[in-house]
Amino acid sequence: MHQRTTRSATAAALFALALSACGGGSAEPEEAQAEQAAAEATAADGFEITDPWVKAVTQDEGMTGVFGEIANTSASEMTIVSATADGADTVELHEVAMEGTDTTMTEVEGGFVIPAGETYTLEPGGYHIMLMQLTRDLAAGNELTVTVEFADGSTASFDAPIRPYTGANEEYEGGSEGGEEHDMGDMEGDHSGQGDGSGEDGGDSGDGYGDE
Amino acid sequence: MADHDSEDAAHDSGAGGGGMSRRGLLLGGAAGLGAAGIGAAGATAAHRLVGGAEPAPGSESAPLHGDRTVPFHGRRQAGVETPPQSHATFVALDLDDGADADAVRRLMVILSDNAARLTQGVPALTDTEPELAELPARLTATFGFGRGLVERVNPDAVPDWLGPLPKFEQDDLSPEWGEADLLVQVCADDPVTVSHTVRMLLRDARPFSRPRWSQSGFRRAHGSQPDGTTMRNLMGQVDGTANPAPGTEDFDHLVWGEGGPHWMAGGTSLVLRRIATDLDTWDEIDRPAREAVVGRRLDNGAPLTGENEHDEVDLEATGPDGLTVIPSFAHVRRARTGDPDERIFRRGYNYDLRDGVTGEAGLLFASYQADPLRQFVPIQRQLDELDLLNQWVTAVGSAVFAVPPGCAEGGYVGQSLLEG
Repeated sequence: MHQRTTRSATAAALFALALSACGGGSAEPEEAQAEQAAAEATAADGFEITDPWVKAVTQDEGMTGVFGEIANTSASEMTIVSATADGADTVELHEVAMEGTDTTMTEVEGGFVIPAGETYTLEPGGYHIMLMQLTRDLAAGNELTVTVEFADGSTASFDAPIRPYTGANEEYEGGSEGGEEHDMGDMEGDHSGQGDGSGEDGGDSGDGYGDE
Repeated sequence: MADHDSEDAAHDSGAGGGGMSRRGLLLGGAAGLGAAGIGAAGATAAHRLVGGAEPAPGSESAPLHGDRTVPFHGRRQAGVETPPQSHATFVALDLDDGADADAVRRLMVILSDNAARLTQGVPALTDTEPELAELPARLTATFGFGRGLVERVNPDAVPDWLGPLPKFEQDDLSPEWGEADLLVQVCADDPVTVSHTVRMLLRDARPFSRPRWSQSGFRRAHGSQPDGTTMRNLMGQVDGTANPAPGTEDFDHLVWGEGGPHWMAGGTSLVLRRIATDLDTWDEIDRPAREAVVGRRLDNGAPLTGENEHDEVDLEATGPDGLTVIPSFAHVRRARTGDPDERIFRRGYNYDLRDGVTGEAGLLFASYQADPLRQFVPIQRQLDELDLLNQWVTAVGSAVFAVPPGCAEGGYVGQSLLEG
């Protein structure tokens, strides 16, 4: 009886790991497991993200978004309060408001709050993690490591594939850029903005790929 | 899920100053269908409701096949041995001048990921029309590399056969349908699926390349006749009877034969010839002459020396007049060199762009073989010298591609070249 319980617990753990792997990365499993054994679970333990991706941009374009479907697999509410990403000096948590067909993004007050057992979609035109003040091109086809921090101070990292995308052009109002208007890489007309790093976009192509 | 959606809607309308949010509009639209339980989720549920409509009275609905899938991952790429789907589009791309080996790697990572998802009925990662991805209908996406791409990645890795075929006298090639850096062959039993897949692949290839040409073709619609029936071309001929059978040693030897560069192990080659057919002058030929031109019966494709489609062709049999039953100029005679290694696997599609006044019809002659120079060229030389069929058919386009091996889950097509 005792053995059977142990085995099924192990199977459940393996399944959870498999799920995390499918989701394209999840909360530092080793650390998480160690903590689980020692003390009570952190918010990071319940974090999973499925199909994360980042819109490719050149450094000159300045900002872009991270998208994907977050799941809170824990039994308590989870709040993502901030995020960081290699290649961006400023990262904010944003939402998009719509007036007519114009969309404007603003920083979410209080972070992303995800009820226990719920999912939370980051998508163009909706909630997203906003990368600003880029320090290099984010070239399509590479991956970017993004780290989210929770209200309890725990963190989780995931690798998000970088993809060409011509949507997600919401105007940004507010934040550290003051009254200046920016958008997530306006792609009118040519190849620019998709971070192909092939040398013709003025980006330093040598630095554009090293995010894996 | 339902709770989350309604909470989102509340959030959005709050942020929008009480106005209707985009998400609110979507939810409202779905609710407008009048279905119970729609809150469980958006477009997918709406689609199922539409798809679940009762068939019209008196009509007998055929079994649905939209959710049939063909595995994408594997040692060999799908779309070669795969029983031919009803619709195909072949798209060729040329790399941008600045695209280096790393750009090619990133391009193939993205295209492979899109193909892996779409073939399984899962939207591409950044799919803007995810509902169009829901019916894969045996979708396959097969990639081929032109000489230009392989040279750019690693000049030492170019197979000696990769490049334009030798010139044939009967050809009237237009560069419009010529060699290109990258080929994507998209096949499915549903033309909307083909269209959406091509769109997703081309869209994501745009930062790296520009389209060179696109050629679409068709066979009989799925379900019109039993699977495995040999196709008919627009001249009415049963076309492809002599093909080696996938899954046999003969097929593996002819199509997947090893011996090329290391990175091509598990790969093959594609020769894509656009063969224009003059159907108007073909109309002037009566049925017995039409059968003599090819050496096969029109009704079932049997050789003129046999009864059934797959009967052996007897090139020596003579008729009452002392002449061979299969004439000296007949296509089946000219297409055989006598060397069993000089054979190919055809997987062609008809095309018809006639609008009643102008335009062309014909065959997208897709031929797979381990080595085009050793297999395709000797056959084509014989046909080029003599084949009465040449009076009605002319190759107007020709391109050769290396079809690299398939990839494992998490990998990408071309990995053996780009990281080999």
